[in-house]
Amino acid sequence: MVEYVSLAVKSIFVENILLAYFLGMCSFLACSKKVETAVGLGIAVIFVLTITTPVNWAVRAFLLKKGALAWAGLPNVDLSFLSFLAYIAVIAAMVQIVEMVIDRFSPKLYSALGIFLPLIAVNCAILGASLFMDQRDYNFPESLVYGFGSGVGWALAIIAMSAIRKKLGYSNIPDSLKGLGITMMLTGLMAMGFMCFAGISL
Amino acid sequence: MPAILTKKDRKIIKDALWDSNPITFQVLGICSALAVTVQLKTALVMCAALTFVVAMSNTVISLLRNYIPSKIRIIIELTVISSLVICADQFLKAYMYDVSKQLSVFVGLIITNCIVMGRAEAYAMANPPFKSFLDGLGNGLGYSAVLILVAVFREILGSGTLLGLHVIPEFLYQHGYVNCGVMVLAPGAFFLLGAIIWVQRALSGYTEAN
Repeated sequence: MVEYVSLAVKSIFVENILLAYFLGMCSFLACSKKVETAVGLGIAVIFVLTITTPVNWAVRAFLLKKGALAWAGLPNVDLSFLSFLAYIAVIAAMVQIVEMVIDRFSPKLYSALGIFLPLIAVNCAILGASLFMDQRDYNFPESLVYGFGSGVGWALAIIAMSAIRKKLGYSNIPDSLKGLGITMMLTGLMAMGFMCFAGISL
Repeated sequence: MPAILTKKDRKIIKDALWDSNPITFQVLGICSALAVTVQLKTALVMCAALTFVVAMSNTVISLLRNYIPSKIRIIIELTVISSLVICADQFLKAYMYDVSKQLSVFVGLIITNCIVMGRAEAYAMANPPFKSFLDGLGNGLGYSAVLILVAVFREILGSGTLLGLHVIPEFLYQHGYVNCGVMVLAPGAFFLLGAIIWVQRALSGYTEAN
């Protein structure tokens, strides 16, 4: 149990997927202008990451890994070179399914998250989490915790950023630094803040 | 002898390099731009891989553009792109194993790099193959220019080397010069890219509407 808690804390704070690995920067910069949008997108990312990382784990463990096809009588087949294609297809399909399920069972949630879900299919954070899961050889519960933790970390960063940018409206910034430039520098300061967590040994 | 590139063709490339640079103006593809720039060597390999993928995917999608049903075009574009990325990744693993280890997941993340998808969607779906190829090439090079610039600064300031060779003279260290540690870490990349965007926008006079 303890190792899962520490993995969650690690993926949320110490190795924040956005601030330490730069994943999901595009939508982070584009959608952090308003707090409401940031909250919606953050929740959608948590949701999709928690689902896709374990599903991709299953795809890897039962189809792609060396020897994974033993159950089908093909113990020598190694399909791991197909992993990129398989992961991105799974993510696109999962996003579509999640969208339909939410639309059917919770129209209210759908109207809140609806516009963000298609955007998420090409968010690098989603594919990145699956690739890290692959590289670090996580098992099933670990990949579940890692997916959820990365999502929470990403949501935390974008919500904090949107709040800062709201405050930024009152400050006097040089013209050509406005917008993207100052946002990058602020993200740098935020990344520095999150580095304080790096000293925690878990 | 007619030039291989007409004036118009050159403009396609130049636009992508400076006037609408994918990173500093369109805010695309920043994710990988920051992660691989601690050393110049990894950045160069990443640039080559991305330029290859974006030029080829633009060409392929442009060739197919009249046969792709518009409803499922995103998934077709993704399939084309990820097949190309798999080629690039296998090539790196075979011939440059240590660099491919350092790049880790970021070669795979070219798939979700917004530049590749964005150009396929915005340009290749509506233009003939050769023009799309040039557009892809230009965007790849525009991305590379920023990436190389960031990497040069980060490697010199962060570890005092360039392509692994020491460039900061020894006597500076003896007089108390120290490498700027923050440049090796994530925040340094953010600060540098912010500064580069600032300079580029100040030079071209572009300001973002608030």
